[in-house]
Amino acid sequence: MSATVIRSTRASQATIGIGAALCVVAATLPFWGESSWMREFVEIACYLIFAMMWNLLAGYGGMVSVGQQAFFGLGGYVMLSLGNFLGFNPFLAIPLAALVSALAALPVSRLAFRLQGGYFSIGTWVIAEVFRLSIANVSAVGGGSGTSLTALRGISRATREHTTYWVALGCVVAAIALVYLFLRSKQGLALQAIRDSEVAAESQGVGVARMKLAVYVVAAFGCGMAGALYFVSNLRISPDAAFGMNWTAFAIFIVMIGGIGRIEGPLIGAVVFWALNKFFSDYGTWYQMGLGLLAIAMTLFFREGLGGFLQRRPGFEMLPTRRILKLDVQPATPVPAHTPAAPSQLMPKVSL
Amino acid sequence: MLLRVDNVSKSYGTLKVTRDVSFSVEEGQTLGILGPNGAGKTTLFNLISGDVRVDAGSVTFAGQDVSALRPHQRCRAGIGRSYQVPHPFGNMTVFENLVTAACFGARLSERQAWDTAAEILDKTGLLPHANKPAGSLTLLNRKRLELARALATKPKLLLLDEIAGGLTEHEAAELVAELKRIKAEGTTMIWIEHVVHALMSIADRLLVINFGEKLAEGEPEAVMGNPDVRRVYMGLEA
Repeated sequence: MSATVIRSTRASQATIGIGAALCVVAATLPFWGESSWMREFVEIACYLIFAMMWNLLAGYGGMVSVGQQAFFGLGGYVMLSLGNFLGFNPFLAIPLAALVSALAALPVSRLAFRLQGGYFSIGTWVIAEVFRLSIANVSAVGGGSGTSLTALRGISRATREHTTYWVALGCVVAAIALVYLFLRSKQGLALQAIRDSEVAAESQGVGVARMKLAVYVVAAFGCGMAGALYFVSNLRISPDAAFGMNWTAFAIFIVMIGGIGRIEGPLIGAVVFWALNKFFSDYGTWYQMGLGLLAIAMTLFFREGLGGFLQRRPGFEMLPTRRILKLDVQPATPVPAHTPAAPSQLMPKVSL
Repeated sequence: MLLRVDNVSKSYGTLKVTRDVSFSVEEGQTLGILGPNGAGKTTLFNLISGDVRVDAGSVTFAGQDVSALRPHQRCRAGIGRSYQVPHPFGNMTVFENLVTAACFGARLSERQAWDTAAEILDKTGLLPHANKPAGSLTLLNRKRLELARALATKPKLLLLDEIAGGLTEHEAAELVAELKRIKAEGTTMIWIEHVVHALMSIADRLLVINFGEKLAEGEPEAVMGNPDVRRVYMGLEA
């Protein structure tokens, strides 16, 4: 029997159309927008990429890391070092910094993967602290007080801001597209299976250990990219800013609000986070406590997040990864097993 | 000989759950495994499928020693299994559950996997549920899914762990009919089951386990007539 499988919904076609149009409009922003808008976008782009990576790790791979700031900070410092010391263009150094973060994830994974569950979480946090303390002892990058990105001096402010914005836009689009295409692929199927049941995935032929390592490395790449991008925009780096725990804390918030283990989760969560941040961040500590309470309320009463709420309505998936089997095909073989026998067959006819 | 289990042992701490068990299964045969609760039947499956490694002894499948292989490697080699407590990929659809198994267990391309999955859904009566999230299925259909997903890995050997447990008489009969068809297609099976008459209707041989040890093995009638088996398993005096 030849199966017909549907892989898009009306909402997804609309999403891709609207998304593409938004990208085009967004790309022209430097010609009509204010520079504060661009700075805001770059910042939220970093949070979004970081949260998408955390969602891959925790939401799909079941690896609840609270130490992804290790790769974020590393990306920032590698970009800065390549720019300041080796004369690389910082924008071109962003992918290289991401690559270095990914490579660093290989030895780190050997250590972290020895731990499970809560121990893994704490372990990744400790590893991030080791990164922070190590960098704080390197005087070439300013030790504990940090240093500035000097490689962008001599470029006019407008050019710098515009380029940073376009690079950020490119990074976001690339990250979304890559995660989307990956989750739709055959490998994405394996990752979703791992999310739902590791034991069953392994027994169905999925190489769980290898897939987890791949996800860990990809997440490190993405976090490194976000870090490099953030500090290209920020121009100043310090160990506390680069390896701060709040990067992961905000990523967890974004993913929880949007829906963990769903591709739309971080996208929706980042928009909510941006809005909350814009209107309430002046309240300082109260704002952060509010975020915490909101996250707790979501995990207690609304586990699927906003993304899950939308997805439960069929056809509303913005970025569907599902495979819907078209059912208009007649069964090739009759299925006698579950059709109850007719009464006449059960009761022998008695002729008098 | 498709599967040979040689002097396999497994302990958790000081508790010996499998002691020096040996048996083998011929190609095309169905072996039924019986034993009281806690006898070590599921552990025996875990040792064959690789979910648990043997402490001593070896598992040979299709002429290859698989004792050191990971579960996914054993699955790809042709050992498919179902779990006593169904482990569906709950957020994925029933169809996707099978596509995953066909892609990774049977190593098919995705397009081939679609066809295989649809075919098996049709055969196992799950086609009407193809696009439902697997987590929303009833117990009977979850058990069907366990079986269907294991079949999608195109196994040479199928390990079924209490697949009729918890089903009504009528549902169990449907399942047995399905298993008979699978058997007729030449698939070798090992079936752990408490529903003895269901097991007897299909098994070529029986193996009885008690306290991790082999108590009896042989033709079903002979095994069920064995005084030790009657005493241990059914609480009957010989």
